[in-house]
Amino acid sequence: MNRRSRSTVLAVALTATLGLSACVKNSESGDDAIKVTSTADGCEVSTAKADSGTITFDVTNDGDKITEFYVLDSNKLRIVGEVENIAPGTSRDLTVQAQPGEYFTECKPGMVGDGIGNAKFTVTGDDVAVDEDQQKAIDAAVASYTAYTKDQVGELVGNVDDFVAAYTSGDDETARKLFPITRINYERIEPTAEQFGDLDPKIDYRKPGAEAENLPFTGFHRIEMDLWLDEARKNYPTEELIELDEKGRAKLGDQLRTDIKALYDKVHSDEFVLTVGDITNGAIGLLDEIAAPDGKLPGEEDEFSHTDLYDFYANVEGAQVAYGAVRDIAEAKGTEGEKLVGDLDRQFKGMFALLETYGDYDQGFVSYDTVEQAQRNELGAQLNALSEPLSQLTHTVLGVSKS
Amino acid sequence: MTGPRLSRRSALGLIGAAGAAGVAGGFTAGAARGDDAPSTTDLVVPFRGKHQAGITTAVQQHLYFASFDMTSTAGREELKSLLADWTAAAARMTRGQDVTDEGAVGGGPYKPPDDTGEALDLQANALTITFGFGPTLFEDADGRDRFGIADRRPKELVELPSFAFDLLEDRFSGGDLCIQACANDPQVAVHAIRNLSRIAFGRAQVRWTQLGYGRTSTTSKAQATPRNLFGFKDGTANIFGSDGSDLATSVWADDSDQPWLDGGTFLVARKIQMLIESWDRVRLEEQEAIIGRDKGEGAPLSGGTEFTEPKFDVFSTKAGGPAIPMDSHVRLAHPDHNGGARMLRRGYNFVEGNNDLGQLNAGLFFLAFVRSPQQFIDVQRSLAKDTLNEYIRHIGSAIFAVPGGIRAGDSVGSGLF
Repeated sequence: MNRRSRSTVLAVALTATLGLSACVKNSESGDDAIKVTSTADGCEVSTAKADSGTITFDVTNDGDKITEFYVLDSNKLRIVGEVENIAPGTSRDLTVQAQPGEYFTECKPGMVGDGIGNAKFTVTGDDVAVDEDQQKAIDAAVASYTAYTKDQVGELVGNVDDFVAAYTSGDDETARKLFPITRINYERIEPTAEQFGDLDPKIDYRKPGAEAENLPFTGFHRIEMDLWLDEARKNYPTEELIELDEKGRAKLGDQLRTDIKALYDKVHSDEFVLTVGDITNGAIGLLDEIAAPDGKLPGEEDEFSHTDLYDFYANVEGAQVAYGAVRDIAEAKGTEGEKLVGDLDRQFKGMFALLETYGDYDQGFVSYDTVEQAQRNELGAQLNALSEPLSQLTHTVLGVSKS
Repeated sequence: MTGPRLSRRSALGLIGAAGAAGVAGGFTAGAARGDDAPSTTDLVVPFRGKHQAGITTAVQQHLYFASFDMTSTAGREELKSLLADWTAAAARMTRGQDVTDEGAVGGGPYKPPDDTGEALDLQANALTITFGFGPTLFEDADGRDRFGIADRRPKELVELPSFAFDLLEDRFSGGDLCIQACANDPQVAVHAIRNLSRIAFGRAQVRWTQLGYGRTSTTSKAQATPRNLFGFKDGTANIFGSDGSDLATSVWADDSDQPWLDGGTFLVARKIQMLIESWDRVRLEEQEAIIGRDKGEGAPLSGGTEFTEPKFDVFSTKAGGPAIPMDSHVRLAHPDHNGGARMLRRGYNFVEGNNDLGQLNAGLFFLAFVRSPQQFIDVQRSLAKDTLNEYIRHIGSAIFAVPGGIRAGDSVGSGLF
């Protein structure tokens, strides 16, 4: 199998081996290091090209907030390498092992919200051999996925702020538009968030779930119910559902912001440790979220807004990032590994292609209540096609010795 | 398993004796010969042979039937590989083995087991797995030849015409492929379909399935006559596995236009709902007149015992007309009134809870193997006048071509490519 040609097909997965060494020191970089300058509104990289292999970035913070620097894979989701906590006026190094392919660089002054100065970065040259030491490769995969999780929650904080602001100010049109978009970051890392048993129920429980457990109904879906009250009344015709007033909205919005902040603190604490099994099992867990009887495939997740396809897409993206973190480790496991990786690359591609016939984040996905049963069956068939090989990933990464 | 056959049968309640296969094909009484030898747990039915197993095989007690559609992205290679993988898995499971060597517990702790495991500790239980191909496999509803096999389609493999009293639903009808799994333990049959469905993910997806308990036909003279859910004996007119000349005339499609169908047959599947509550309010005399047989013994109303041939010209002074009424099921379904058409039937009862009105969802899953679908069509058309129609509705329908036996080292359907 030719690596290069496959990388054009699925560049996202190919970047998996980028060994991340975010262990940084104060800059003593040699002349080879690529200079990066982070400012309040920019992220200047001295060159947009490099040879494959070890690449070092020397990041200087010329802004007035603590900053971060990221190297992202071609879909701008998976973190290939990152360096955090660069204080104003200081500089730190980031070293990555890069395979040939397309990447993106960006900075994040203030360390929360979307990155800035996003720019393309191209790596050319020969393939780099997968690290002979499996533990090192696994450590790199875990570091990469952990960074991704933190990054997603970081973005979630900013997006929830915008969503809650629109909702509490009574701008329902904007709030309805932002609702599915805001959930994307959460859906990408859902199994991780669910590790924190007390937070997920507050943030993401559906109405029947909250009621069954005698919990106050709060979070995304409570706001969803208020924003799509007509649909809610259709779904629960015997209940008297009342529109929330300004005070009620403020209380709900504050609660969601508080809970998301708590999630941010948890994933950014030293106690937040993931294993490679968390990553590979999390990938299949994300797909299970879609297929569950109260999930996206039956249209139960977003029962008022019918924005299930956004969540569906985000769950698949999250699974693909988790897969991408360990893809090269799996591929190095002889013919079994090569076959699995080939299957998964193909099935992820097929899943995205099918979902994209229904729209995208920018243009919007069609309302799920217009997706007929035969079409849902087709989505379910492709989800099964993807889920079966994905369920083998943990075994291939951890249970098969290299051949 | 030996010895307490009677007690097992009574423990199974309705299962052993209930039946309803005759609804479309002839409600005729069968042989109460007592010995149900195939109900042993360790019985292995050979998977390979001149014909596929599960057709003339003595009918097992339980059925799980599945209809599949190929997925939208699957092409010729996926169909080929699917049939090869299904064949390999079916050959193992019919021997009572796990679906692969690693099986249910031998694959290591980190991956989902290859075999789902619910049949561990259960033996083969006479499991048979029988494959068939629907019309849409050769040409879909839009006229596309998705797998490059349109020229391999048997001329007679077309959707069945509609019949009087049909109330068909898509969700119980059609399909590109089918698998019939029969066994003497329901879990063994379910295990087979579940694992074959899992193997198919990415290539084919379940369209509908049907669980059947309690055979309603016999294909062996050694098997006792079952009763259907209407309480009548069923199965005398059925073709037995030992009836060589009847099988040649009525079952094996050796003279079709497709060589791959030699040793094969056509399978007609009909899901027939019985209006149980209404039937149960019909007085005995009328029940017997509708069927054309007496309920206790199963003898034709023209006289004799269960195995007496019905005499359609006998007059009854009590009835003031023919002893076997003109619109009775036995008369209309009898080969004498259908150009000699007979079918090999392997139907099963089903009970699937109840509807919102508290009525039983129950009936007969009718399966017939025929040399030509025309045999079924002719009989079903005759039955338009059947008074039994007041108490049944056909709610599902499918037709499949069942290829001949699978030779050693070969896969089912290899003749398609």
